[in-house]
Amino acid sequence: MSEHSPRLDRPQEAGPVLSVRGLSARIAGQQVVHDVSFDVAATGVTALLGRNGVGKTSTLKAVMGLIERSGEVVLDGARVDAERTERIVCRGVGYVPEDREVFAGLTVAENLRLAERVGDHGTSPARKRLVADLFPDLTQRAQQRAGTLSGGQQQMVSLARALLNENRILLVDEPTKGLAPRIVSEVADALAAAARTVPILLVEQNLQVIDRLADRVVVIDAGRVVHTGPARELLDDQAMIQRFLGVHAENEPAHGEPVPGAAAHGKGAHDQVREAATIAEGGE
Amino acid sequence: MSTLILLLVTGVGLGGLYFLVASGLSLIYGLMGVLNFAHGSFLTLGAFAGLAAAGAVGAGTWGGLLLGLLVGALTGAAAAALTELGLIRPLYNRHIEQVLVTVGLSLATVALFEGIWGPNPRNITGNAWLSDTTELLGARIPNTAFLNILAAALVLGGIVAFLRYTRYGLIIRAGVENRSMVTALGIDVRKAFTLVFAVGGAAAGLGGVLAAQSLNYVSPHMGASLLIFAFIVTVIGGMGSLTGAAVASVVVAVLQQLANSYLNNSGDLIVVLLLALVLLVRPSGLMGRTA
Amino acid sequence: MNAADGARTGARTRRAAIPAGGLALVLLLGCLPLLALTVPGVLPGYTYEPGTLQLLALCWLTASLALSYHLLFGLAGLMSFGHALYFAAGIYGLAIVLDRTDVPLLPAAALVLVGGIVLALCVGAISLRVTGISFAMVTLAFAQAGNVLARRDQFGVTGGEEGLALDTDGVPAGLIGVLNTRNLYWVALAVLVVTYLVVLWVERSRAGHTAAAVRENEVRVRIIGGRPYAVKLVVFVLAATLATLTGMAYLLLQSGASPATSSAEFTLALLVMVVLGGVGSRWGAVVGAVVYTLLDQRLTALASSEAVAGLPAVLRVPLSEPMFLLGTCFILVVLFLPGGLAGAAQRLAARRRGAAPPGGAPGVAEPVEERVTA
Ligand SMILES: Nc1ncnc2c1ncn2[C@@H]1O[C@H](COP(=O)(O)OP(=O)(O)O)[C@@H](O)[C@H]1O
Ligand SMILES: [Mg+2]
Repeated sequence: MSEHSPRLDRPQEAGPVLSVRGLSARIAGQQVVHDVSFDVAATGVTALLGRNGVGKTSTLKAVMGLIERSGEVVLDGARVDAERTERIVCRGVGYVPEDREVFAGLTVAENLRLAERVGDHGTSPARKRLVADLFPDLTQRAQQRAGTLSGGQQQMVSLARALLNENRILLVDEPTKGLAPRIVSEVADALAAAARTVPILLVEQNLQVIDRLADRVVVIDAGRVVHTGPARELLDDQAMIQRFLGVHAENEPAHGEPVPGAAAHGKGAHDQVREAATIAEGGE
Repeated sequence: MSTLILLLVTGVGLGGLYFLVASGLSLIYGLMGVLNFAHGSFLTLGAFAGLAAAGAVGAGTWGGLLLGLLVGALTGAAAAALTELGLIRPLYNRHIEQVLVTVGLSLATVALFEGIWGPNPRNITGNAWLSDTTELLGARIPNTAFLNILAAALVLGGIVAFLRYTRYGLIIRAGVENRSMVTALGIDVRKAFTLVFAVGGAAAGLGGVLAAQSLNYVSPHMGASLLIFAFIVTVIGGMGSLTGAAVASVVVAVLQQLANSYLNNSGDLIVVLLLALVLLVRPSGLMGRTA
Repeated sequence: MNAADGARTGARTRRAAIPAGGLALVLLLGCLPLLALTVPGVLPGYTYEPGTLQLLALCWLTASLALSYHLLFGLAGLMSFGHALYFAAGIYGLAIVLDRTDVPLLPAAALVLVGGIVLALCVGAISLRVTGISFAMVTLAFAQAGNVLARRDQFGVTGGEEGLALDTDGVPAGLIGVLNTRNLYWVALAVLVVTYLVVLWVERSRAGHTAAAVRENEVRVRIIGGRPYAVKLVVFVLAATLATLTGMAYLLLQSGASPATSSAEFTLALLVMVVLGGVGSRWGAVVGAVVYTLLDQRLTALASSEAVAGLPAVLRVPLSEPMFLLGTCFILVVLFLPGGLAGAAQRLAARRRGAAPPGGAPGVAEPVEERVTA
């Protein structure tokens, strides 16, 4: 970076920590991400939203260099799109993948030890304490094989692996997917705590969790960005929620109590999610 | 009864040799998804180099044998590491091409060995104790069988300890499960690739020297013939499973010895039948992960 | 007439031109025994001489075998290390039937073909229970069992390491002896043409399309209701049948069976040919096989030549091992020439077209179409 860089005149937080420009990605020869551009601000949570299968996971993987990609990815002012995954990670990117991807045959302690890095954005005592405070359960279960943990506990391991390091940004992919309501709230708690120390790009389907955590949203449809803006703006606009996320949000309270009459829609998956979120808030 | 004991012990000894080849194949496949056809060449090269070293300080002496084993292992490791760096790494993640390159390497190296050392087996001067037998429960067992068993047990123990107690072992175990997640934790998994190649090559080179002691000769083709049984062992044991390879090595070799002795020399065919049977009952092998 | 029309006419002409060109090529090759052509350095003599015809016939049979392997590897993506088993089944099967019975050639060949199909069905049904690398290893193991059977001669029919000489009692007189090499040449050419047509037919059939889809993404085929296992088994058996057929012609040409034809090295050589020519390309398989056979022949001649014998050991040893040179060549192709010879030819053609002025190159339809839409 040059000394005359305008970013130096302003506090570091002002510019985005991650900029994605014209990102395209392919899986098995098929293009799944089309010319996607967005920024992740240097503080708070930016939510990446969209229906199932629109390419959210693929976008994160493309940023990480885990799948074939083209386009520009700028992290902290440096182009990283030509770099190998492990180099990108060592620049301070924590990745919490969809479906947790803990190493089932390794113990919890081994999973965490593997995630420890050295260097500028590596593991620090303070971070280790934070992880120990956030997930006391994992300290107890250090010698248990990760494959024998419950889904929620595995998610904690996955989050802990990312939180152990002084990362510049976390990429978190559907951390509450398939979890019981009480666990959803615990995961949300942990993310909220993490978000106070590091910016997060969060893929999430659960509107309650989005509502609680997200500051800004980026919406993807069919591999393209179709909307960006403050989270509030999207969550308050039921038509937009219906259009972008394909959910009936008229009964979805942005905050507060669920509106009576929700049952009229039948107890679909979405209602269960809403219930989960409600319990999550009640548990606070 | 003494025949049976003889067959069982020599079978386990042969299994030790199979394991020395199969352990590397299995580790390499497990971590990298590459079937290494050139593995037999590491063995052959290790055997020739080890015996040349042994000859330099005195073939047949204990010092010569130990030096031969050491040089064989180091040569195998070096050849394997160079193969990984020069031929496998440039084809990162292109598994078919990686297999093809190892196929080409095996064809080329076997021909080169023939050119250098001649196509025919060469007799070696073995260690006097190794050429002898020891009586065990009435059976006169060739001492090479004990050496093979000891070496295979040490290698198995060594690899298990390496996998369990070192950072690279941890990376390899994790990589066998989910390679891309290892890179997503900021780890350059390619170093682990070179390392498993080197470890596998060392085991194969060691196996080459031991096989030469058991057979009493070295030949450019000894690697290729052991490799085929090592392949069978790897599939029966479950691709990528080290314990599976160990168990299958012993099962295959003992069965082979028994069939060769009691069923009209049909050991090789019985082994293929066993392979077919295992595939019919458990396509993922004895200890393979069920997909 | 606008450019697009021209392109469409061009495409039609081209589609008609390929069979016509192929036919002309086959006719030309068929006439070789009647002509006095030679290519110095490639062929050992004139094309009417038995030695040259023998080599060319070997080329055609190798090409036929490589095409059958292309069906497995190129089309269905099945990397078999045991294809030599079916080739050897053809050779040994026919040799044994002719040796042990009085059945004449054609019924004997039919019998052996059925035997080859049954063998392929059994081995294929088991091997295809696994995929990928495991499949390669399992096919290798089965072929190795066949190799062991042939070498050990446990049942006293294969002649062990010596092999088996062709018993000519049941064979028509026109296919025996050096003077009749040109008849054998025509048999070999006919086998190649039959194999080519069968491969072409399979590739264009529904099963062929499904096999290609399975190669790309087996799970997807299963999801849309296809049956990958059945399709792969069909392709496996067809490829093996073609190999058996080729093996029988090979027996007549070489007038004997040798256990080397059932070895793992033999299958690996097939793999080398197909990759050399370009995986997935029919013509690549043919060209790869012919180039490989000729190279092998020439390199063997080079190895025993005076010129090499006089070199220092560092050069002499590698140069006197044809397989070392071929193996090295193969590694270089895999590393630096993706798509093999066919891929290289395509790139070369594309570059030439790129340089050609617009509207030029009549008869080359696809690139014109590309240019029109671009
Ligand atoms: N391994 C894969 N093979 C083929 N297609 C895939 C694979 N993974 C994802 N896709 C396709 O890529 C598209 C985007 O998927 P993904 O990024 O997982 O979506 P999201 O995370 O938004 O649900 C989907 O259409 C999906 O079918
Ligand atoms: Mg997803």
